[in-house]
Amino acid sequence: MSAPSAPQNWKQWLESESPASRRQAVAGNAWRGLVAIIKNPAALAGLIIVALLLLMALAAPLLAWGQDPLAQDLAQRLKPPSASHWLGTDELGRDIYVRVLYGARVTLTIVVLVSLVVAPLGLAVGTLSGFLGGVIDVVLMRITDIFLAFPRLVLALAFAAALGPGIENAVIAIALTAWPPYARIARAEAATIAQSDFIAAVKLQGASTARILLRHIVPLCLSSVIVRLTLDMAGIILTAAGLGFLGLGAQPPTAEWGAMVSSGREVILDQWWVATMPGIAIFVVSLGFNLLGDGLRDVFDPKSS
Amino acid sequence: MADMIKVSGLSVTFTSAGRSFRAVDGVSFSVAKGESFGIVGESGSGKSTILKAVAGLVKFQAGALELNGQAMGFARSRKERQLLQYVFQDPYGSLHPRQTVDEALREPLAIQGIAGAEAKIAAALAEVGLEPKHRFRFPHQLSGGQRQRVAIARALILHPPILLLDEPTSALDVSVQAEILNLLARLRAAHGTTSILVSHDLAVVAHVCERVAVMKDGRLVEILGADALRAGVAEQAYTRQLVAASRGYARGA
Repeated sequence: MSAPSAPQNWKQWLESESPASRRQAVAGNAWRGLVAIIKNPAALAGLIIVALLLLMALAAPLLAWGQDPLAQDLAQRLKPPSASHWLGTDELGRDIYVRVLYGARVTLTIVVLVSLVVAPLGLAVGTLSGFLGGVIDVVLMRITDIFLAFPRLVLALAFAAALGPGIENAVIAIALTAWPPYARIARAEAATIAQSDFIAAVKLQGASTARILLRHIVPLCLSSVIVRLTLDMAGIILTAAGLGFLGLGAQPPTAEWGAMVSSGREVILDQWWVATMPGIAIFVVSLGFNLLGDGLRDVFDPKSS
Repeated sequence: MADMIKVSGLSVTFTSAGRSFRAVDGVSFSVAKGESFGIVGESGSGKSTILKAVAGLVKFQAGALELNGQAMGFARSRKERQLLQYVFQDPYGSLHPRQTVDEALREPLAIQGIAGAEAKIAAALAEVGLEPKHRFRFPHQLSGGQRQRVAIARALILHPPILLLDEPTSALDVSVQAEILNLLARLRAAHGTTSILVSHDLAVVAHVCERVAVMKDGRLVEILGADALRAGVAEQAYTRQLVAASRGYARGA
């Protein structure tokens, strides 16, 4: 009868009020965050959707039973959903289920690439500006304002015209116009944190500016940036899909949700599934990121703990 | 005895949106090595600002500051930072909310490049009366008194010759206040630390300090011994007024 007590033990270890190591303290904190997300039904739904997206992207060849998203079969074009083609086929006879699966990879690539550019850039500009203040603050914030004034889609159009359409240029265009709000959030947080006593304490200990920024201010700004990024994912996915729809994002024959909706536009009245299936995918994934973002905001909110 | 802290003609002016406010106006005093010096005054009298100027957290526009015989400005080297540490008023704001007690105590050792962190952290916790079980807790898992003990441990782990105390007990319960004051007195005796205590509580200052400076509107009114303060024997009318006020509302005959 020792088996049931084992889960009890690791649960006790995680929930201990007097952890014995830094590892246990951090694990306990992460555990409490996870419990808070799971207890919130909307956040849990978001977490499951995002996990499913990850699974779809990673296991696409497996889930597609080895079918090629680019394989055309003109004899089977525009077939409605059936046992052989779960979500139907498009105008070139390609299986829409397989294309939606592979489309998750494109979407995830765009989301990851944009996050990798936007979060570090926004954090760096924002924390420097908020902590150092003065002239640096003014200069960095005016640069931020200039980038904030660019309309995202129009800039993407300009990029596509200058560099040629493609996912990479779509990512550059989205990232260039998406970072200013992050810089503003990070700046506001860093400016508040810079005034606090615990920052004065590390200053008095002789810490360098770089050390104060990297070890004390950035970790505190990170949580609100992550929440904002999760909430922005929907917008990023929609912009990427919009660029695909306009023919400026991923190029055919790549399976990309926005481009798929676009190609189904001409037959939407007679063959509704061609545009609807990738449209549902865009909708569900955007919703999932929004729900997860809301949940993360509740968990990270220091006032709740 | 040699002066550990020497402040002469110190003035601090805050400028905001074109308007300036002189928070400290030509204050001079000196504190001998191992002495405990108190500064009292009402809110806005500039007592905390003096402490921040001595610590190097606030720029001073005029006057001179000497710590252990060295002239000090606003910008200080890592070595010069070893001369003093500071205990803040609010134990809720003076600890990093996402760092455990262990990390808070490890940071000063890491910054100053001092080896043997494990043993030093354990010793510092024991010295301020915290148990090993508190070591890996986050600040939100500690009470106000425990947080202030962590802040004191953090200040003392570098063994600074000077300790600046900015109303270290005013945010705490009355019962915890006495514990913290006794702890500070014990640690001062053990380490021979020179300290300045800023407080609006005359009883606290008279209990802890040997000499007390009275401040009003950024100026030093007078410096008197703790005995004189306790007895209410002051030369200046303002000090007598302050002492009378601290004794509270006296029921009329």
